[in-house]
Amino acid sequence: MTAMLSRQRPRPRATLVLSIAVLAFFVLIGCMSLIWLPQDPTDFVSTDPFAPPSAGIWLGTDQLGRDVLSRLMDGTRITLLMAFAATLLAHLIGDTLGLLAALRGGLLDAVLSRIVDVILSLPKIIVGLVVVAALGASIPVLVVVAAFVYAAGVFRISRALGADLVRLDYMQIARSRGEGLGWLLFGEMLPHVVRPLATDFALRMSFAILFMSSLSFVGLGVQPPMADWGGMAKENLEGLSTNPLAAIAPAAAIALVSIALNLLVDALDGEAGSGR
Amino acid sequence: MTRFILWRLAATALLLLVVSLLVFWACEILPGDVAQVALGQFATPENVKALRIEMGLDRPAAERYLGWLMGVLQGDWGRSLVSKSPVSSLLSERVANTALLAGATTLIAVPLALTLGLVMAVWRGRALDRGMSVAILALSATPEFLLATLAVLLFAVKLGWLPAVAYLSAGSSLPQTVRALLLPTASLVIVVTAQIARMTRAIIGNILTQSYIEMAVLKGVPSRRLVMRHALVNAVGPLANVVALNVAYLVSGIVVVETVFAYPGLARLMIDAVQSRDLPVVQACAMIFCATYVLLILLADIFARIADPHSAAQRPADAI
Amino acid sequence: MTAPGKVLAVEDLTIVSNAGTRVVDGVSLRVARGEVLALIGASGSGKTTLALAALGHLRPGLARQAGTVRLDGADVFAMTAQQLNDLRGRKVAYVAQSAAAAFNPRLRLTDQVIESALLHGAQSESAARLRATDLFRYLALPNPETIGRRFPYQVSGGQLQRFMIAMGLQEEPLLLVCDEPTSALDVTTQVEVMRLLKNAIADNDTAALFVSHDLAVVAQIATRIAVMRAGRIVECGPTAEIIAAPREDYTRALIAACGHLPGRDGALVPAAAPHTDGLEARSIVAGYGRAEGGQPAVLSLRDVDLAVGRGEIVAVIGESGSGKSTLARVLAGLHAPASGTLRLAGAPLAALDRDRSKAERRRIQLVVQMADTALNPRHSLRRILGRTLKFFHGLTGAQAEARMADLLARVSLPAEYLDRYPTQISGGEKQRVNLARALAAEPEVLICDEITSALDTIVAQSIIALVKGLRDELGLAVIFISHDLATVADIANRVTVLRHGRVVEAGPTAAVLTAPQNPYTKLLTASVPELRVGWLEDAAATRDDLSAALRQGPSEAVPA
Repeated sequence: MTAMLSRQRPRPRATLVLSIAVLAFFVLIGCMSLIWLPQDPTDFVSTDPFAPPSAGIWLGTDQLGRDVLSRLMDGTRITLLMAFAATLLAHLIGDTLGLLAALRGGLLDAVLSRIVDVILSLPKIIVGLVVVAALGASIPVLVVVAAFVYAAGVFRISRALGADLVRLDYMQIARSRGEGLGWLLFGEMLPHVVRPLATDFALRMSFAILFMSSLSFVGLGVQPPMADWGGMAKENLEGLSTNPLAAIAPAAAIALVSIALNLLVDALDGEAGSGR
Repeated sequence: MTRFILWRLAATALLLLVVSLLVFWACEILPGDVAQVALGQFATPENVKALRIEMGLDRPAAERYLGWLMGVLQGDWGRSLVSKSPVSSLLSERVANTALLAGATTLIAVPLALTLGLVMAVWRGRALDRGMSVAILALSATPEFLLATLAVLLFAVKLGWLPAVAYLSAGSSLPQTVRALLLPTASLVIVVTAQIARMTRAIIGNILTQSYIEMAVLKGVPSRRLVMRHALVNAVGPLANVVALNVAYLVSGIVVVETVFAYPGLARLMIDAVQSRDLPVVQACAMIFCATYVLLILLADIFARIADPHSAAQRPADAI
Repeated sequence: MTAPGKVLAVEDLTIVSNAGTRVVDGVSLRVARGEVLALIGASGSGKTTLALAALGHLRPGLARQAGTVRLDGADVFAMTAQQLNDLRGRKVAYVAQSAAAAFNPRLRLTDQVIESALLHGAQSESAARLRATDLFRYLALPNPETIGRRFPYQVSGGQLQRFMIAMGLQEEPLLLVCDEPTSALDVTTQVEVMRLLKNAIADNDTAALFVSHDLAVVAQIATRIAVMRAGRIVECGPTAEIIAAPREDYTRALIAACGHLPGRDGALVPAAAPHTDGLEARSIVAGYGRAEGGQPAVLSLRDVDLAVGRGEIVAVIGESGSGKSTLARVLAGLHAPASGTLRLAGAPLAALDRDRSKAERRRIQLVVQMADTALNPRHSLRRILGRTLKFFHGLTGAQAEARMADLLARVSLPAEYLDRYPTQISGGEKQRVNLARALAAEPEVLICDEITSALDTIVAQSIIALVKGLRDELGLAVIFISHDLATVADIANRVTVLRHGRVVEAGPTAAVLTAPQNPYTKLLTASVPELRVGWLEDAAATRDDLSAALRQGPSEAVPA
């Protein structure tokens, strides 16, 4: 009866399939890098730095004469695992606290919300730089810092989702029946928030990949001789004139994964939020 | 309204104070012995001790914080551990360069993005909208360093039209400055425009599902006017927030782009300082970035409130 | 093709949804100048879709499969966007149900009222503004010269609906399409808006298509009535004929379900003296916002007394803003009152649910208005009912299964429904499940908060009969909160009338309905639509008589 226009949005099947295919491809590469790589990623396969692609060395060599393809495949695992770990941690912290704040309200909600306000009012990359300055660059530091800055955004979303639910009559009725926290959280609320939170996970992971790659790219992320994609793009920047693939390929890989994640989110539920 | 602005100003002042505490804590307490950190692993204990006294690390933390904060308020950011010169002298030119880059990007990206977003909304559902949506989604998810690297490869390495390194100095002429700024600005503009245009389209799209838009359709309002008047007047507040958030988000792009082009800006200074663990400089840069970000969000909040002063107003009851 | 004098001619129109349902199924109808054709039907009968088709508009997800809609001889579905824009507002205008949602919150009222006239170039700006001011005066809006400078949120709901009518009349269209124009209004406001609309249509010699679910309302204004069901017109004829001699069973059911006050035609429920063996509330003061000096900033309830005994139904009547929903929440323990006491079966009862014992929470059960939001859409009915049985009675397995079947039978639903989810059943069925869940707790007191107001009249009737059965067979004490006197007239033993958070009148139903003492109660009883010619004029006259007495309250002043 109300004059709301239903949003007509035919689900873009093609983009959904495409984005899942791209992500699956990279996950597969990441797994494969554990058992087989074309070359040892730390071996000097050529005496020439930035040698252009040749037989067996399909993407050429990097600034120390190492095989770019092998390092790219090896970096897949590092990049994706770091982003996944950071996002998982962010969601574990953010979801638990967000739903709890929505349900309990009061002082807990007020305190947590103010803390989150402060975290969100800081530019993420600057927080990353300051923490790296204080503690040095290492993979655990990167993961924890990314989890920390993104947990705040996750908290906002899960709290908002929870707050919408708490107002609903069936939640009120369950509470007035005297139901405990466990039932309210897992019995009544969880089935409703799983999907939006899963969508947010994908989006948040794309932010985390860009965040950590940017730190690596400015030389403050993963430290040599290990390299994630951001680090590779940085190391090989000087070789742009002889073997541009050495710098472009890792950067393009990041773009591909990030775009695939965003397309996935877009296909799943309309428009994605901001907060990168 | 005045009360709202005063309240928000007070809240922002408090927030900045908290931020300064966090920055101080992160740079002076978190790393442990700052003098040791600054001198590295191979410093002799005597050198470390001397530096500790020079930096005043023997004083209690609270006293050091207050001293630092007072200095900051007077424009004294302390001395660099590396160059030994006052931090403020390092900052001035760098701040101006970064402001130039950010300003140029904002001036181009914001009008461009709003126009694109509105064009997509007017042509919603058509091929133009769908095609642009995918392109903009892809660009907004692309890391700046890919765009910047590609730009260097094409315009500097292959074509040789523009410099790969954006060298700027106080004496640069206008054409030199423009040439230096062209590639860094373009890389930033693409990503920021994509982000803002995407959100503009989403905000307008949401408003277009409202009942009053259907009512306007039934009054005979044409599609363009529907977007440009009926939807836009309701989008001003949310759009102000989107623009502020994205201009603030520029910070991350600037960090990357200044690295690619070796642009002599504040972000580059901060990265170098982080690498050499020159903590007073890190402190100063972090404070400037955070304060700018916080103030931009404050401005957007106030602007949104002015555009939408009655968001919380209540409808009067029916009289009998 | 069109016969002379026919403004609107719909021929064999079929509109289908994406899912393939025929929302409008082979409908033909005509409306002539000066004629008001009412489309009446339950929600989902396709009446709004048909009305919008008269403007050449289809909502997203709908498509015209066959048939034509001719307006003043021209086929609207053959027109270009430009031609349609030229038509809308000028030859055919639309009056929407919810004026609150249909006005752009950020544009001034007059600008919205005159927008289409300016776009059409039909009137100069100054002429358009003059015309709008005239219309505001005609529609009895206060300060017609200046009120149009306000924004929509600065006027009341009833005033906004009048702006909507003014917007419709601005260009003197041939056809006015009114979609439930008064359904969102309180009954006392509805009378005023209906009278204005009726006069406006008559004075302008406009044709009108009037969509409504309420036969009594329609009977006051329509010259002809078309009854719609499942996309088809099942019966169509002159108003008097339809009411006096309906041919279809469905029409007869609509007429039977029509709200009427039984006081005038006999049978009223006998009322006993107030009981205290149920729930009793004394001197309840409640509100919202930060308390200052012991009183909340905004008071919703001021010194309210209410008592209900076992085996009786007490109705609480109030319009929007009367505080009736706050009262339901206070009684259910969901909202803490600022002061006042509650007693359950004579024993003191804590204000908030968390301070009540499990047994106390079990003994008082709340059923809410929106059946949709009251049931978790991710839970099957088995889980919804089973949880309450397990929680309060520890019932599981076969015992619980048997009890659930009993409960569904009790609310006249088949046992197979246990495996369904709320999204798979109708609105009326959801409300039955809500009642079943409340009954699963084996309560003594049942609080029903507007449980029928979201339902179609015929379905609402059956829910009311069900509640009556629960009182008589289970001896429940029922508090029945409603905005509509007619709804409760048949079942309530006693009535309490709330206005602006105060009890203005309370007593046995017969006394309150047949001989109301308070002017507001008088107005309420007079405002209940009746299915007879001339009721609207009587109600409006009563309203005029009482308005002076009613304006005295401080909170009722017209906002300046």
